[in-house]
Formats: sequence, structure tokens, C-alpha cells
Amino acid sequence: MNQTAFLPHRHLDKLFDLLHSDGFRVVGPTSEQGAIVYREIDTVDQLPAGLVDHQAPGRYRLEQQAHGRYFDWVGTAQGLKPWLFTPEQPLMVAREVAGGLRFEAVREEVPLTAVIGLRGCDLAALALQDRHFLQGEYPDPHYQARREQLLLIGVNCHRSAATCFCVSTGDGPEVGEGTDLVLDELDQGFMVQACSARGRALLVRLPIRPLAGGHKRRSKALRKQARVQQRALPSRDLRKPLYLARDDETLWQSVADRCLTCGNCAAVCPTCFCSRVDEESPLDASESTQVRRWDTCFNDEHSYLVGHVVRKSAVHKYRQWLTHKLAIWHDQYDRSGCTGCGRCITWCPVGIDIVEETRRLCTEVKTREPGE
Amino acid sequence: MARASIAIHKLTSCSGCQSVILNMGENLLTLVQLVDIQHFIEAGVNNPDAQVDIAFVEGSISTHEDEERIRQVREQSRFVVAIGACACSGGVQALRNVKDSEHWASAIYADPGYLDSLADSRSVAERVKVDLQLWGCPISERQLIAAIRALLHGVPPVLPTEKVCQECKRAGQVCVLVSQAAPCMGPVTQAGCGALCPSFGAPCYTCFGPSEQPNCDALGERLVGLGIPANQVAERFVSISAGVKPFQNAWARWRIPLKELEP
Repeated sequence: MNQTAFLPHRHLDKLFDLLHSDGFRVVGPTSEQGAIVYREIDTVDQLPAGLVDHQAPGRYRLEQQAHGRYFDWVGTAQGLKPWLFTPEQPLMVAREVAGGLRFEAVREEVPLTAVIGLRGCDLAALALQDRHFLQGEYPDPHYQARREQLLLIGVNCHRSAATCFCVSTGDGPEVGEGTDLVLDELDQGFMVQACSARGRALLVRLPIRPLAGGHKRRSKALRKQARVQQRALPSRDLRKPLYLARDDETLWQSVADRCLTCGNCAAVCPTCFCSRVDEESPLDASESTQVRRWDTCFNDEHSYLVGHVVRKSAVHKYRQWLTHKLAIWHDQYDRSGCTGCGRCITWCPVGIDIVEETRRLCTEVKTREPGE
Repeated sequence: MARASIAIHKLTSCSGCQSVILNMGENLLTLVQLVDIQHFIEAGVNNPDAQVDIAFVEGSISTHEDEERIRQVREQSRFVVAIGACACSGGVQALRNVKDSEHWASAIYADPGYLDSLADSRSVAERVKVDLQLWGCPISERQLIAAIRALLHGVPPVLPTEKVCQECKRAGQVCVLVSQAAPCMGPVTQAGCGALCPSFGAPCYTCFGPSEQPNCDALGERLVGLGIPANQVAERFVSISAGVKPFQNAWARWRIPLKELEP
């Protein structure tokens, strides 16, 4: 049974105190280099009070507003991904010992970690990453070690960025299942909803008050406001049009001409999970470490097979990324790989818009005569 | 097995890549235990005519002396490794390969008649066969060590050709092009530096040369679209790695000849 109460704004620091005394490090939003990013933070003063983000294809700007709300921004530069699927992960070390080599798996101690500020799209992406890293035949121990230590505090969005389209993917703007606490930020304080036993144990120790009727009405209206979005994917399952479009390379040329194949879209995508493994040795070759690094389907090496790069051109690379994300994913994971966060649109240096490209592909593939 | 011998040669350059080797600290001590350093002028070892297994060459072919010297180096070395932006692309001095450079010498030197250099600055690979290129301005110690380690094992080193953006995102940096409209060259530049400049909030300067599949047209169009004057966009492509084709082509596309800009 979910329990909801009101926490006055000035008491948010009590939540930090409780988390710290329960042994958690707190990871939360803060502003750095002109964007909201998740970092380990110690106090509420590090939260981005009054900052709102303005996002457009290839553009992200922060604006300081007079109000003191901590969570009025919509999107962070990265989601939760780097905290679980780490960008550089040592996997195994081989050392020379008398009579041969000794191989040791790398295992890390991960501190208890409470993440505050996560949005519906971030949490839907987390569920998809769980599916990939944990629910297959070989659970990933590095992801698992970090995942087990997580406590999740979500925030319902009260506005949408121009690049958001989570309503069309069904992943926002409200937080779905799987969190411990969910916050709705109002001017005077937070509507706090406890969604797990751990969440309830936190909630009852906070200086909360009962909810007033106005709180519910106001937060409902604000959530409705966030549902007004400018972008929408044509449908949730795009296998049919995209599998047709896949067979016609000419449909992909206009986007390929603009695509830098820099891989930023995949790097900021909260569900992209590709990696490669590099071998690293010190100069004296006393040991050898296998390091797993984030990789993307925009890198030549990603499709390097026996002396040949399979997907060499931007047509092939962008087509791979988009059709995997929006179509093939259904066959692999029973849903689209996109949660509508819009990061690939904002952080594309040339502003390629996945929604616009998908709509164009779906339209053009329909208007082509069969066999043309 | 005999110890491998190496030489570190200098052509036209600022000696910054040699300084990277000199600054390796403990790794330099390990290196001298693994190989015989036959020539390394910045470290005071002066024997440029030594026959060696691996010759590292810093600097571009910019003078008649450089041309003669590189032919000798090639003849007396089993492997030739070009190190740094100068040796790999002609370097900053390859700016004189582009068309607006005629008046520079007289603008800078009181008596340019004493200058004795070639008309163009060229990479090592444009004059002799090069076995490996380590890019950078300066080179990365990490890549150099990995390359030496691989060569001593007798295998070709693995060097990334992906874009700087990949390293930038792995390092958790915020994209300066998107958040500040900074003219960042990361999307067309080869990784290797660890996204050093963006980690200090500055845009990339092409130190590690062109990446795989550099779409200079699309990047240039974007920068012009952000309101950066075309001539400045042209100059961004020909700064550190001025001598390479994709960057020179981009420069040619956006430059406006200086004489047309004069009042």
C-alpha cells in the first residue's frame, strides 16, 4: 500500500540526513559545465535550485529562475546508465606467477547508493537495462553489484522539454513502478509517495504532514501540464515500417549526409548497452587487464569481422542504430528500446531528431510504390 | 633474445613529444631496462647515425636537412614510428601549405631572406614508408607505452580511430558544442587524448588528427549555422593537423581569401 504525505521544502535536508545515517551516499542532480548532471552530492545546497533547462535539437541551455524549486529542470546530460553500466570497467587481470599465469576476476565493493531526481523515462530505461544485464542467461556481475545497492527516489515531471516524447512511448512524464520514493515538487514542499518497504521506513522518519486537498489538485494539474508535448513517435511498435525502410538504402541518405557518426546519441541513450573489451598492459608486461569500454554501433570497430568492417557508411550505421532501437528491440526485449527522454536529439552535435527521422521514414516508405 | 634498440629523432618540431617521453617518470626507468636508447637528443644521447630496431620520429619534413635526415633514418631503422601531429600531418607549420600564407614570413621576420625552408611542411609518411603513426600534440604517454609494449611483443598495437566524443562521453563530460555552441572538433578528430580540452570546458583542436569517417562537411555546416563566421570555421580545421586532406578540404570550403576581407 503506497503511503503519501507532505514534506515542507525546508526539510528536504532531513531526507539527506536520514540517507547518510542509513549508510547511503547520495547521488543527485547538480549543475556542472552548463548542464544538469548526476554527481555524488552531500547537501541540498548542491541541488540546482531554480534552474530550468531549455532543450532543442543540438542545444542545451540552463536558465536561473527566481523560484527555489530543486527539480524544475527536465533532463540531465546523462541518465542513470553510467552509475550501473560503467563507461570503463576492468573485468579481469592476468598476472605472471611461477609456472604460468593467474587470472583474477575484478570484483568491486559498491557503497549503498541513493539516487534522487530520476524521471519516468530514466526509470523505464533502468528496467530495460535490468532486462539486458540481469535477466539473461549470464547476469553481469558488475552491473548487479551496483544495482543491488540502489535506492531510487523518483520525481514526477511538471514540465516537458521541447525534445521530450515520453508520452508517446508510455514511459512518462510520471514515474512508473520500481522506485522507493516518488516526489512531486510544489512551491511550499513535496508530495512524497512511499512505494516500497524501504521507502515507507524513510517516510515515517521524516518531519511530514498530512496531505491537504490543494496539494493533490495542484500536483495533478502540473503533471497534466507536462503531458503536453510537441513530439511523438508514430506508434509504439514500428517494426513493420522500419523493416520495410531497412531494405531501401536511399531512404537513409539524407540523414546520413548530416550524421557525424560520432556516437553521441548512443552514448547518452539510457538504454544503449554496447561495449568492447580492450587489453591493457604496463610497460614491463607484469600483468594484463581486460577493460570493458562503452562502444557504439557508429564506430567502425563495432562491426569489424575477420578483417572487414561490415557497417562502414553512415547510412549503415545510423540505420543499424535506429532500427535496432525502435524495431529489433521488440523481438529481443518485447518492447521498443526508446523511453522518449530525447537525449539523442539534444546531445546530437548536428541536431538530428530521432522523432522527425522516424516519422519521415514511415511516411516515405508508405508512399513508395511496391517494387519501386 | 637481444634487447631492442631505439632512437628518438627530431625533425622540425617543438620537442614537445620528446618531452612526453622525458616526463614518463617510472615508465622511463622501465623503458631503459627493456631497450637500448641509442639516440635521444633531448635526453643528451646524441648518436643520430645509429642502426636501430625502432626509430621514433618527431617533427615534420620542413627543411632540406629534414628531407636528407629522414631518408637516412629510414635506411638505418627496422621500424619507423612517426610520433606527434607534426610527423603525422605536417603539424602547425603545415599552415604554410595553405594559400593565404605568402605574406606571413614578411609579417613575422625582419629579414625573411635568411629563411631556408621548403615551400611546404610534409608528414614523414609523405616522404618515406612509415610503419606506425602515433598522433597527438603532444603524443599521449598512454598510447606510446601501449605501442612500445605491443612492438616488443611483436604484435601491431591497437590504436583507436573512433571520435574524441566517445572518450568525452566515457569521461562524463558535458558536450561543449551543445551546451555552449563552442566550435568543437571532437566529432571529426581521432580519440587518444582522453578528451582533455573538453574536460576543461574548451573545444577540441584536432590534435590527434582526423578520425575514421570524418564528416567535415556536416560539422562545418553546423558551426556556420551556429553563427560562427565562415573564416573562423575554416581556421578551426587547419590548426594543429593542418596538412591532412579532409581538414584542408574543409578549410578550402569555408575560407574567404584574406585579400577579399581587407578593407
